[in-house]
Amino acid sequence: MNSTSTHFVPPRRVGIYEPLHQMGMWGDSFKSNITNGNMNTPSHIIIPNNQKLDNNLSEDTSHGTAGTPHMFDQEASTSRNPDKIQRRLAQNREAARKSRLRKKAYVQQLETSRLKLIQLEQELDRARQQGFYVGNGIDTNPLGFSETMNPGIAAFEMEYGHWVEEQNRQICELRTVLHGHVNDIELRMLVENAMKHYFELFKMKSTAAKADVFFVMSGMWKTSAERFFIWIGGFRPSDLLKVLLPHFDVLTDQQILDVCSLRQSCQQAEDALTQGMEKLQHTLADCVAAGQLGEGSYIPQVNSAMERLEALVSFVNQADHLRHETLQQMYRILTMRQAARGLLALGEYFQRLRALSSSWATRHREPT
Amino acid sequence: MDKVMRMSSEKGVVIFTKSSCCLCYAVQILFRDLRVQPTIHEIDNDPDCREIEKALLRLGCSTAVPAVFVGGKLVGSTNEVMSLHLSGSLVPLIKPYQSILY
Repeated sequence: MNSTSTHFVPPRRVGIYEPLHQMGMWGDSFKSNITNGNMNTPSHIIIPNNQKLDNNLSEDTSHGTAGTPHMFDQEASTSRNPDKIQRRLAQNREAARKSRLRKKAYVQQLETSRLKLIQLEQELDRARQQGFYVGNGIDTNPLGFSETMNPGIAAFEMEYGHWVEEQNRQICELRTVLHGHVNDIELRMLVENAMKHYFELFKMKSTAAKADVFFVMSGMWKTSAERFFIWIGGFRPSDLLKVLLPHFDVLTDQQILDVCSLRQSCQQAEDALTQGMEKLQHTLADCVAAGQLGEGSYIPQVNSAMERLEALVSFVNQADHLRHETLQQMYRILTMRQAARGLLALGEYFQRLRALSSSWATRHREPT
Repeated sequence: MDKVMRMSSEKGVVIFTKSSCCLCYAVQILFRDLRVQPTIHEIDNDPDCREIEKALLRLGCSTAVPAVFVGGKLVGSTNEVMSLHLSGSLVPLIKPYQSILY
């Protein structure tokens, strides 16, 4: 209680009680609430039991608390006409009541805004600490960045944003170059840069996986449509081949053989990893479900599960290794020009997925 | 280490694994898909587990398990096996040990 008057009722956020005699004191109490940083003032609500909402004229005046509207009428009431006086007093009461309601509404507004401001400041602080990066798709977290406080992940998200920008730039360049005339050296440079760019991503993911493997596994940094196709933290190597292969019209016999062989071995490797992953899931589930369920204890189970989770990092790394090798083999099998066209096709495929995510996220926002 | 040398030079495909290792399981699945019956040595049930692990690492295996030997020679761990397979070089290596019928 931050006032000396025993009749004083501190204003509450949800104005359940009508603080009647608050006119003068009102501003003070609100100010002190703010400076105390105290939104939920412990309200020692001492409501004098003769306070009622609007009806007690005489008792209001007799308490003599500061700032009552009835003060104005002290002198008028001493003169002649009692009816006029009554009417005047009634009008004043009404005016005072309306004024109080307005103030109540205003206070509520202020308090809501203040809360919002505190919240925004906290978010801003957090964002500054993490090296703020706005998510890739419109559909990511409405706050615009990952809610995780993990610095490794925040760093990864920022790097990934740059990665996508560079990717888009490279795709543009490939497109321009392939529609025009390009010399072999320049073409080779573009292709090798594009390959290196993918390999860079795998390195980034490996670091991020050590920071938070679940984050990488679930593809949280990707847009929603990309996430739909996720396989152990990224795209399926076999999908990569499916996307690329229709774009090569002229393949030599040797190339056809090599491509078929690659398709098969890629699929087999992928299946093997998938099954290994399933086994890991079963093992983890058994671990978590071990012992008595329902006793409220879980520490040993959680601890033993934690040990198993290290294996998840190896799986993510293996999956990326598979992606790496698939790209590498395609590069080996194809001519430089074919590789360029393939990388362009692959890049545009992912761009389309990202565009799909955006369209999907904004589909309800069209004005009706 | 003698034990490792002896076990690894057994005929065909030999894989050192641990029962808790799911990547080892993945590698076994791969060989099964390739119609090969590898000899599996689960080292976590072996009293000399730590020694075997150290020996495998010393032999040049990137991770102790899974360690894949074909015809007595070290092929490597998961990474090496996957790379070989995608490059098309694994199948020729294991061809003598593939079942004709499956």
